[in-house]
Amino acid sequence: MRRKCQPGDGTETRRSFLSKAWLTVGLIAVVEAIWMLVDFLRPRRTRDANNTTLIVAGPVDRFETGSVTAFPAGKFYLVRLEDGGFLALSRECTHLGCTVPWVPEENRFVCPCHSSTFDIRGDVSGPPAPRALDHYRVRIENRVVKVDASEALRRSVFQAGQVTYA
Amino acid sequence: MSVAKNLVLHFRPVRLPAKTLAYTHTFGLGGSAFVLVLLLVMTGVLLMFVYEPVPGYAYESIVALQQDVLFGKFVRSVHHWSANFLVVVVLLHLLRTYFTGAYFESRQFNWIIGLALFVCVLASNFTGYLLPWDQLSFWAITISTGMLEYVPVVGIWFKQALLGGPEISSGTLINFYTLHTTLIPVTIVVLMAFHFWRVRKAGGVVVPRAPGEGPQSRPERVRAIPSLLYREIAVALVLIAGVFVFSALFTAPLGEIANPGMSPNPAKPPWYFVGLQELLLHFHPTFAVLVIPTGVCLALLVIPYLQYEENTSGVLLASGNGRRFAAVAAAATAIFTAALVLMDEYLLDFSRWLPSVPAIVSNGLVPTAMLAVLLWSMDLWLRKRCDASRVERVQTFFVVALFAFTTLTVIGVWFRGPGMILTW
Repeated sequence: MRRKCQPGDGTETRRSFLSKAWLTVGLIAVVEAIWMLVDFLRPRRTRDANNTTLIVAGPVDRFETGSVTAFPAGKFYLVRLEDGGFLALSRECTHLGCTVPWVPEENRFVCPCHSSTFDIRGDVSGPPAPRALDHYRVRIENRVVKVDASEALRRSVFQAGQVTYA
Repeated sequence: MSVAKNLVLHFRPVRLPAKTLAYTHTFGLGGSAFVLVLLLVMTGVLLMFVYEPVPGYAYESIVALQQDVLFGKFVRSVHHWSANFLVVVVLLHLLRTYFTGAYFESRQFNWIIGLALFVCVLASNFTGYLLPWDQLSFWAITISTGMLEYVPVVGIWFKQALLGGPEISSGTLINFYTLHTTLIPVTIVVLMAFHFWRVRKAGGVVVPRAPGEGPQSRPERVRAIPSLLYREIAVALVLIAGVFVFSALFTAPLGEIANPGMSPNPAKPPWYFVGLQELLLHFHPTFAVLVIPTGVCLALLVIPYLQYEENTSGVLLASGNGRRFAAVAAAATAIFTAALVLMDEYLLDFSRWLPSVPAIVSNGLVPTAMLAVLLWSMDLWLRKRCDASRVERVQTFFVVALFAFTTLTVIGVWFRGPGMILTW
C-alpha cells in the first residue's frame, strides 16, 4: 500500500493533480464570494437613477445678480454672480460633510461644524476646508435655469468655465 | 448543577494561583466587559422587536418605544449606557493587561485577539450611534465618515460602500443596522470564546509579583469553584446593579429628529472619536486620519512580539524605574499636549511660514517629523542617561501615546465650543 504512494508513482501525480484542482476550485470560490460581497456593498444607486434629476429652478430674471437661492430638494444653492452668470453650489462642506448655510450679512457661506468659510463662488476663504464647494451642471434653455443635480463635480478652486451665462 | 459546573470549567482552569484572585490585580475588568456584552445582547434583542431601520420610521419607532412600551426607556437606557461603559471598561482592561505585563510568551496572541475585540466594540458602538436617527447621531456619523474621504485611493470608495451611497440615506441605515445586529455581535462572541480559552491555556491571568521578585515556580493554588466563581458573580451583580441604577436615573439621550439640511453647531463625532477629530484640527488630514493612526495601530500590534531583555510579566509597570518613567511621562505629556493645542490655536501656522511647499508637507510632514524627533530624543535620553531597558522604553512610549490621546479627547469633548473654537 505504502509503496504505491511513493513519488514518481502514478498515484502520486493523480493525487497532487487532484489537490491542486481542489485548491484552484477553492480559490475561484473565494474570489467569487469576495466579488459578490463587493457587489453587494457597492453604492446603491437610487432606484430611479435613469430618471434625470434635472431640477427646473425657474426663469433667469427671477434671480437677482449677487443673490443666493437655496434648493433643498436638490441639495444645492443657485448663485447668480454679479456679472449675471449662474453657478449651482453643493451645500456640503468639503471638510467633513456638514451642511453649509449662506450668511447674507457676511456675504459668505459659514460651516457650523468647523467654521470653514466659502465666498459666493464657493472658493475657500477660511480653512480648514481643503477645496472649493462642489458644483452641479447648470443649463439655460429658453431663459429657464435647469440644474442637473445627479452628479456633484469636484474642483479645487473656482474657474471661469464653471459659470453658465444666459 | 454539574452541567453548569462543567461549562464554567471549560473556560476556567480547575485550580488557579491564589494571588491572581486579588480584586486590585485585575479589577474584574475582563469579566465586567463580558457581563456588559451579555446585557447588550439581551437589551439589544428586545430593542430589535421594536426598532424599524428605515428613515421615516427609525426615530419614530424609538419615540414610540419610549412612550408606549413598558420599561421601554429603561431598556434603551441600559443598552445605551452599557455600550458606553463597555468602551471604557475594555480600554481599562487593555491598560491593566499592558501595565501588568500580561503580554509575554503564551499570552502574545491573546493580546492581538484583545485588540481585535476592542476594534469590534468600537465598531459596534459606532454603528449603533446612527440608529436613533436624531440630529446628534446623524451629524456625528456624517463627520466621522467624512474623515474617511481623506484616506488616499480607497477612502472615497470605502465611505460610499459603508454609507450605501454618496451620503447618509436609507442604505446607510440598513448597512449600519445589519453590521450592528449580526456581523459585529457574532464576531465578538466568537472572538470572546477564543480570548477566554487562551487565558485558560495560559493557566489563568498573569500572577502578580513585586519588582525584583522572580516568578514563583509553584504558587499556592485554590479551586476555581468556589473561589473564582463567587468573586466573579459578586463583580457581575454589583456591575448589573450599577448599570440599572444609572439607567433608571439617566435616560439615554434622544434629540430632535435628523435634519440633513441643518448641521448643529458644534457638530462632533462620538466621544471615542473626538480625539481623532482634534488631531484633524492640527494636522494635515492624510497624517491625522491615516499616517498617525496607522502608526499607533501597528505599534500596538507588535508590542508582544518585540525582543525584550527580560520577562516582566506580573510586575506592575515593569519595574521601579518603569513606574517613575511612566509617572513623569504621563504628567509631561498631558501638559505638553495641552500647550501644543493652545500654541497651534494662536501661534503656530506652518502653512504661512512655509508658503512654497504643499500643505501636506508644511501641515503634515513637518510637524509630524518634529514630534518624531522629540520622541526619538526622549528615547535616546532614556537609553543613555537612565539606562532604561526595552520594556521600560516601550512602556514610556505607550504612556506618552495614551496621555496625548486622552488629553486630545478631553479638549475635544469639553473645551471645543461653537465653530470648534477653544472655550472654557
